[in-house]
Amino acid sequence: MRENPIRVDETMGALGALVGRRQFLRTGMTGLLVISLPRWAVARPSLDEAIRTFTGGAAVLDGRVRLDLPPLVENGNAVGITVAAESPMTTDDHVRRIAIFNEKNPEANVVVFHLGPRSGRATVSTRIRLATSQVVVAVAEMSDGSFWSSRASAIVTLAACIEDLL
Amino acid sequence: MARALVNVPKEAKQGETVEIRAMIAHPMETGYRVGPNGINIPRDIIRRFACTYNGEEVFRADLHPAVSANPFFAFTLVALASGTIEFTWTDDAGATQTASAMITVS
Amino acid sequence: MRTLWRLAAIGVSAFFGIVSARGIEVGEKRSGFDFMTPETQALQADDISNPGMLWVLQGEQLWQEPEGRANVACSGCHGDASRTMSGVAVRYPVFDEATGRPIDLAGRINACRTERQQAEPLAPESDALLALTTYVTHQSRGMPVTPANDPRLAPFRENGRRLFQSRIGQLDLSCASCHDDNWGKRLGGSAIPQAHPTGYPLYRLEWQMVGSLQRRLRNCMIGVRAEPFAFGAPEFVDLELYLAERARGLPVETPAVRP
Repeated sequence: MRENPIRVDETMGALGALVGRRQFLRTGMTGLLVISLPRWAVARPSLDEAIRTFTGGAAVLDGRVRLDLPPLVENGNAVGITVAAESPMTTDDHVRRIAIFNEKNPEANVVVFHLGPRSGRATVSTRIRLATSQVVVAVAEMSDGSFWSSRASAIVTLAACIEDLL
Repeated sequence: MARALVNVPKEAKQGETVEIRAMIAHPMETGYRVGPNGINIPRDIIRRFACTYNGEEVFRADLHPAVSANPFFAFTLVALASGTIEFTWTDDAGATQTASAMITVS
Repeated sequence: MRTLWRLAAIGVSAFFGIVSARGIEVGEKRSGFDFMTPETQALQADDISNPGMLWVLQGEQLWQEPEGRANVACSGCHGDASRTMSGVAVRYPVFDEATGRPIDLAGRINACRTERQQAEPLAPESDALLALTTYVTHQSRGMPVTPANDPRLAPFRENGRRLFQSRIGQLDLSCASCHDDNWGKRLGGSAIPQAHPTGYPLYRLEWQMVGSLQRRLRNCMIGVRAEPFAFGAPEFVDLELYLAERARGLPVETPAVRP
């Protein structure tokens, strides 16, 4: 037992009774670190995997879509983005969907817009959350089934002062 | 009544592309935040936003927790006929909130 | 000749800029708006994209709803807020005869609720209290902060000044240590503003909602590792009184947006 310090889970209480106080503290600290790793840290799909799920594995080409993202963000809770795809937006030739993905949030998906010839233009603005500095990707699906993408990155600064919870 | 702000031009010319903006009061609780009691605050987000023009869907967004609190969207549509533009927000529980505006097309 | 005078003026101001690092000099008074990125400024400047306007909208609805045992709405006595509340918030906090102390706008709204509407007071930071306070303050947007010239307020304002300049907490900092002595510099990635309360209640991106000046003051106290005063504490109202005097002349921005 003593030779196996990284033992986490519900048995921690029993472990504490078996080992010395200092040993328990050390084990406990390691345990807490392991436990406190958020579930999503290992669970979320990568940026590329998320895009592949959206495209169904189809090739994604560079161009025809532009993602505007401020390079320096004061607060990651509300980052204004605008995505614009080049398209005549006619019945025969239009943008069907535009999806936004991120690299480092707990979930890779951000939002999917559904457009059509009635949209007139393939330009949409919204506000998104960025947990930290990272890459954001926009992927547009055209009516001919092709996929086009654009990527941008933002540096997110963190607030200087801590907060209480209401 | 929904606490929502929508911006639709009152008048437009036939075939003109007009900008629509819509924002609703909603915390967009991600499910990843921890409350003062140390327990995760349960997820509660707007999952879908749709805009219909005289009953026909012309814009839709599928939202994930990475959309900011009080979701805001600006998009465009082609003014084809006078009528009603309606906005519907649907949350995780399936509850909906709506807002609408009239447009006169000449 | 004029150029010479201008050069001399620049020289003098540069000299004073070095010798007097303390405080905010006349003509240097600036809203926190000026310290934000253009993106955050744009968020505040456009009412359709400013999320604080959602609280203004809610406040407008609540203004007309009858409440309490008296079953009377704010509008029942005060009528159309766009006329009757215009220019009211710029004077607050004001002296309250009933308690013999200054009272801020949120306190006045709650006093009105309990005394006139005979309803339960609204909880601090509740959506309803924030919405009503935001709605009433919004009626003064663009007007200069003009604190009440009431001699009875003087000792309370003086106490507010004393609190502003007192070092507190484990970090041993006063409000003045940052906002008088080091405004315009950066604390980590954040700009240090002059701490003028011209936009409250305001939409803070960090909060993802509208909050009161007292919430912001509590955040600052926790930031310097001090035990914060409770919501509604008289010390907070005294501080609000001093901050209003310090911001005199700056336009009301409610609902402002801050990072």
